[in-house]
Amino acid sequence: MLSLRIAFRFLRSSLGQTILIVVGISVGVSVQVFIGSLIGGLQQDLVNTTIGNSSQITITSEDDTIYIENYETLRNNLINDVEGLETVSYSLDSPGTLIDGTVTEPVLIRGMDFELSDGIYEIKDKVIDGRLPTSDNEIMLGANLFESLGLSIGDSVLVSVPLIGNTTVDVVGVYDFKVASLNNLWVFTTLPSMQGILNEDDIVSSIEMQVDDVFLAEDISKEVILVINDSTLSVSNWIELNEDLLSGLQAQGSSSLLIQVAVTVSVVLGIASVLAITVIQKSRQIGILKAMGIKDKDASLIFLAQGFILGIFGAIGGISLGLLLSFGFSTFALDSAGEPVITLLIDPQFIAISALVAIFSASFASIIPARKSSKLSVMEVIKNG
Amino acid sequence: MANVIEMRNIDKIYGTTYQTQVLFDVNLDFEESSFNSIIGQSGSGKSTLLNIVGTLDKPTNGVVKINGISTVDMNKNQLAELRSETLGFIFQFHYLLPEFTALENVLMPIRIKKQKITKEVMDRALELMELVGLTHVKDNLATNMSGGQQQRVAIARALMSEPKIILADEPTGNLDSDTTEQVYDLLRKINKRFKTTFIIITHDRRIAEKADRIIEIKDGKVHLDIKK
Repeated sequence: MLSLRIAFRFLRSSLGQTILIVVGISVGVSVQVFIGSLIGGLQQDLVNTTIGNSSQITITSEDDTIYIENYETLRNNLINDVEGLETVSYSLDSPGTLIDGTVTEPVLIRGMDFELSDGIYEIKDKVIDGRLPTSDNEIMLGANLFESLGLSIGDSVLVSVPLIGNTTVDVVGVYDFKVASLNNLWVFTTLPSMQGILNEDDIVSSIEMQVDDVFLAEDISKEVILVINDSTLSVSNWIELNEDLLSGLQAQGSSSLLIQVAVTVSVVLGIASVLAITVIQKSRQIGILKAMGIKDKDASLIFLAQGFILGIFGAIGGISLGLLLSFGFSTFALDSAGEPVITLLIDPQFIAISALVAIFSASFASIIPARKSSKLSVMEVIKNG
Repeated sequence: MANVIEMRNIDKIYGTTYQTQVLFDVNLDFEESSFNSIIGQSGSGKSTLLNIVGTLDKPTNGVVKINGISTVDMNKNQLAELRSETLGFIFQFHYLLPEFTALENVLMPIRIKKQKITKEVMDRALELMELVGLTHVKDNLATNMSGGQQQRVAIARALMSEPKIILADEPTGNLDSDTTEQVYDLLRKINKRFKTTFIIITHDRRIAEKADRIIEIKDGKVHLDIKK
């Protein structure tokens, strides 16, 4: 193609200038890739630490005293009929008191199928001493409570549930959620054990879910309501319970977008101004080509092609530089434990979009010079020759 | 011989607020395969006349017909096509594309017409390079050639698309007298061989006298028109 060929030659003949523009675009794109990955990583980090290990959609009974009986069927229906669910488990919870001699501590006793709940709580990874409860009247305590009571693995304590009574249980394990309030409050046992403590049949008090995309929790929870189709049950999701967190995450997302738009605009302006100068530099050549009969459209295409080529090289350079920056940041910016301060989120789709934005904006920036070259008349060039 | 160019009642006025009339009611015809020279002092209007013939500029009044077709009402694309098919230009400042080699410059008119560079086309380009005596520097960038060489490349380029008409505005204006002689001999040779019509603006009376016809422009009018 003639225009592309000429564009290449023009760029090659003023190589220094071309390299300067490509570096300019590259820096813009690399900032975009790096900031995008950084903010994406921050966001994921925040999501993980705040709602990553908790139920994002929860089904409970409308009336606290009534339990859910057909929980296995409900779970199967949810898995089969609702899209976007990552994991579904259930739990039988009751507030109670832990009694060790004369010391009493308020606790939430939680009976679970640990195989299922692991999908939400990653509970197996959080056991720091002993093991998970496996049979009746075995419990696992949080590290803080365990220490404040001065207990050892194998000790027996009492759990007291209001209106039902006391049960003697054995401490078989200690967990650490790295959150003191949870470590003080939650006491884990198996689901059958909990059903025994409460003198109940095969029931649970809540069905808990995590979703693939946390920002879709609200929509998915609406679907959950349709699928369970039971007015005695109520469905809640993390978004309605944590509006502040959501707006925080959204603010982070839009600040990232703002930075990217600002970078794109500066890249566009930079390319447009440099290319506008090249039209003047190359006006003589454009004049000769027009005298030889090149059509205005093809003359404009030369500059569009230049923008396109600059965009492609800028995108390649920018992504390499951005990934290098990200790699450097993950390798050298470490916390005291030797872990990266923030784990960056390298999203190939985001990078592809950044590249497309660079190519598109570079081509877009060349529209003004392209129009200028189309308007250039041969006479002007000859007169000023 | 049939007329390949006809100019009728051509006026050219520059400017809108302060108007300067450069050409006054010029009527000229050019015959096919003729070798014409235009002389005149600077500012006489001869370059304007040539640019109007070449469709690079538009007359204020009057009609220009090339091959019997009026160019007055053609749009920019039609004019570009006409230039690419029928006209070849040689300017004083040779105007090669400095980013391309001599051979690539010669091939440029073919690329502008969006035609393939076939073996025949390439052979023709090489033949033209040989005709202008530049085979040995065909792969040099335009910037690495002398003024005379560049001018000869420009001539080869003008011939590449086999135009019926070649318009030259002081093609030897910045060349020494030996080179000037060579370039004119070359143009004459081409005129004989390809039956190409030439209209050449020159300052050099010696050169003008070698043409079949001398037209002198004075104050925007045809002052003299001598056919041999």
